[in-house]
Amino acid sequence: MSDYMLEIHQIDASYGPIQALRNVSMNVSEGEIVTLIGANGAGKSTLLMTIFGSPRASKGYIKYQGRDITNIAMHEVGRLGIAQVPEGRRIFPAMTVEENLIMGTLPIGDEHMEEDREKMFVMFPRLKERRNQRAGTLSGGEQQMLAIGRALMSRPKLLLLDEPSLGLAPLIVKQILNSLRDIAAQGTTIFLVEQNANHALRLADRGYVLVNGEIRLSGTGEELLVNPEVRAAYLGGH
Amino acid sequence: MFSKPNDPPMLTAFKDSSLVGMIALLIFSPISGIILNGYGFNTHPQTPIMLAFIVFIGRFAYQLAALTPWGQRLIQKFMLSKGKRGVYVASPGDQRYLWIILAILFIAGLVLPFYLSKYYLTVAILALIYVLLGLGLNIVVGLAGLLDLGFVAFYAVGAYTFALGSQYWGLGFWSAIPLAAAFAALLGGILGFPVLRMHGDYLAIVTLGFGEIIRLVLNNWMSFTGGPNGAKAAEPSLFGLEFTRTAKTDGHIPFHEFFGTTYSPNTKFIFIYLVVFLVACLMIFFFSRLRTMPMGRAWEALREDEIACRSLGMNHVTIKLSAFMMGAMTGGIGGVFFAAQQGGFVNPTSFTFFESALILAIVVLGGMGSVVGVVVAALVLTILPEMLRDFADYRVLIFGILMVFMMLWKPRGFLPIRRPYFTKEGQA
Ligand SMILES: Nc1ncnc2c1ncn2[C@@H]1O[C@H](COP(=O)(O)OP(=O)(O)O)[C@@H](O)[C@H]1O
Ligand SMILES: [Mg+2]
Repeated sequence: MSDYMLEIHQIDASYGPIQALRNVSMNVSEGEIVTLIGANGAGKSTLLMTIFGSPRASKGYIKYQGRDITNIAMHEVGRLGIAQVPEGRRIFPAMTVEENLIMGTLPIGDEHMEEDREKMFVMFPRLKERRNQRAGTLSGGEQQMLAIGRALMSRPKLLLLDEPSLGLAPLIVKQILNSLRDIAAQGTTIFLVEQNANHALRLADRGYVLVNGEIRLSGTGEELLVNPEVRAAYLGGH
Repeated sequence: MFSKPNDPPMLTAFKDSSLVGMIALLIFSPISGIILNGYGFNTHPQTPIMLAFIVFIGRFAYQLAALTPWGQRLIQKFMLSKGKRGVYVASPGDQRYLWIILAILFIAGLVLPFYLSKYYLTVAILALIYVLLGLGLNIVVGLAGLLDLGFVAFYAVGAYTFALGSQYWGLGFWSAIPLAAAFAALLGGILGFPVLRMHGDYLAIVTLGFGEIIRLVLNNWMSFTGGPNGAKAAEPSLFGLEFTRTAKTDGHIPFHEFFGTTYSPNTKFIFIYLVVFLVACLMIFFFSRLRTMPMGRAWEALREDEIACRSLGMNHVTIKLSAFMMGAMTGGIGGVFFAAQQGGFVNPTSFTFFESALILAIVVLGGMGSVVGVVVAALVLTILPEMLRDFADYRVLIFGILMVFMMLWKPRGFLPIRRPYFTKEGQA
């Protein structure tokens, strides 16, 4: 019996003939911020999506709170208290900001909707200003905030984020990472997938480095930040 | 187009109206200026010129009105906040008069059939049937984003459920409605289950094939469906009262004998009209509610992003299936009314691909997903061709042209869907 909230054990995953993950093991404990960094095409998104069963792990297992979730349906994962902020945000562009937030409550029902929506508006005042605007007309940063807000509406215990900093101005990235820190402080466990290693490792308690579908390194955020290999590959060598 | 920014406003208005008049002339000339006569044709230049002139006058009047402050206010009211179109949703203030307007329309719809000739009664019934069909397909295409090119199949299934049901099992009009709905929905489910893994083009092709299969089966299964000769449905009745001159079913009495009035062939159509009108109103009410209900919202979300939906705990298969079945059900109900309106007689030629295309045109022209838009488009596209009789030969051409221009000018339809507006605590 492990104490990990999320345990990924020696999984393989592939898209047809392309093997994207090889024997990957990693874990997240409750209350932690864990980050996974890696270059483009390393398999970060694949790893995150295998938690949701698309693609499925062909070997090994994934456990959440001790329960094997390797083979359960994608829509059931969302109901277990795991929420994801997918790569590219994937908000509902034709719906309003508010409707997008409402959609986020689906896994738990609308019991806490009013209260949580106000919380999101406090965390991201921009969203409040634009509550009745179509989400597709928001800027990239606002869409990212909305995607995070939508995920939080299901009161997840574990929040997975896939490159939330992608394509955003440095100032906005900082703002978003700061809100992640707040979210973690309020008791949500965070698993953050990033290319932006510098920011991610500063924020995280622990980190993993994924190279070509394999975990190459792991350690605390500080350790990885000073690791020469990481510095050379992901931090521009400075 | 021809006007320069510093022209006097009157001149601009005149130029603009002339241009619009000319376009109207171009459109109307082939439609109403040339009337086929055997293998030749007669030309009637005066009709299109007159129509174009009317359009010109109308446009000019509009332009002049737009010059006066009073007119501007009027236009603003109807054109709805041009500056922020498509970005913000309409504010709830627009809904103030809605209930009054709806009530007036409803009552008008109820008394209308008593003033129509038999011919226009059938047209009106057909128009309402297309409202139903449009609403049904609107769920599938407009809300759930599943391009269904074989919608006519469910319409056919509804009509034939009534016709064959009454032939073989003595099914009546009233019992045919829920039965056809259930049967069409079931068929939608059976078709949907394997098909809904597909997206876009693939789905369109499969549904197109399905529509043709149903028609071919109806056409070729002579022993059961009567093939091209068609099938006959029972006379519609109300509490055992029939609307024919003499009762066709044992135990039924003709309506006019029961009430001691003289027989009128209109009575039957008034009856059908009223039933289909009420059903259509019910559907309109239901479908406009649907969008703010979790199910309707789930359909829309699924159209927008399937992965996001699934990770939010939605089961995409059941949601798509429910949209498909709900649409099929509505189509099936439409089919029953069609069989009744046709004097109880249906044959496969009524269920060609052209019908599917027409219903799709209604949904697209009306504004995908918009209930009001679909209703208006259904009424316009069925009544207009009847009003301008010469139009009928060019229906397909006009659809084509309308579709092309629509996609250029108003890609989201005449009356695009409006997002619901939230005004709970903490007003923005
Ligand atoms: N849907 C897919 N079909 C086939 N190959 C894919 C698919 N998605 C990702 N891949 C491949 O899997 C590998 C890992 O991709 P991904 O997990 O998206 O990387 P990252 O998120 O780290 O940039 C890449 O080589 C990519 O080409
Ligand atoms: Mg990725």
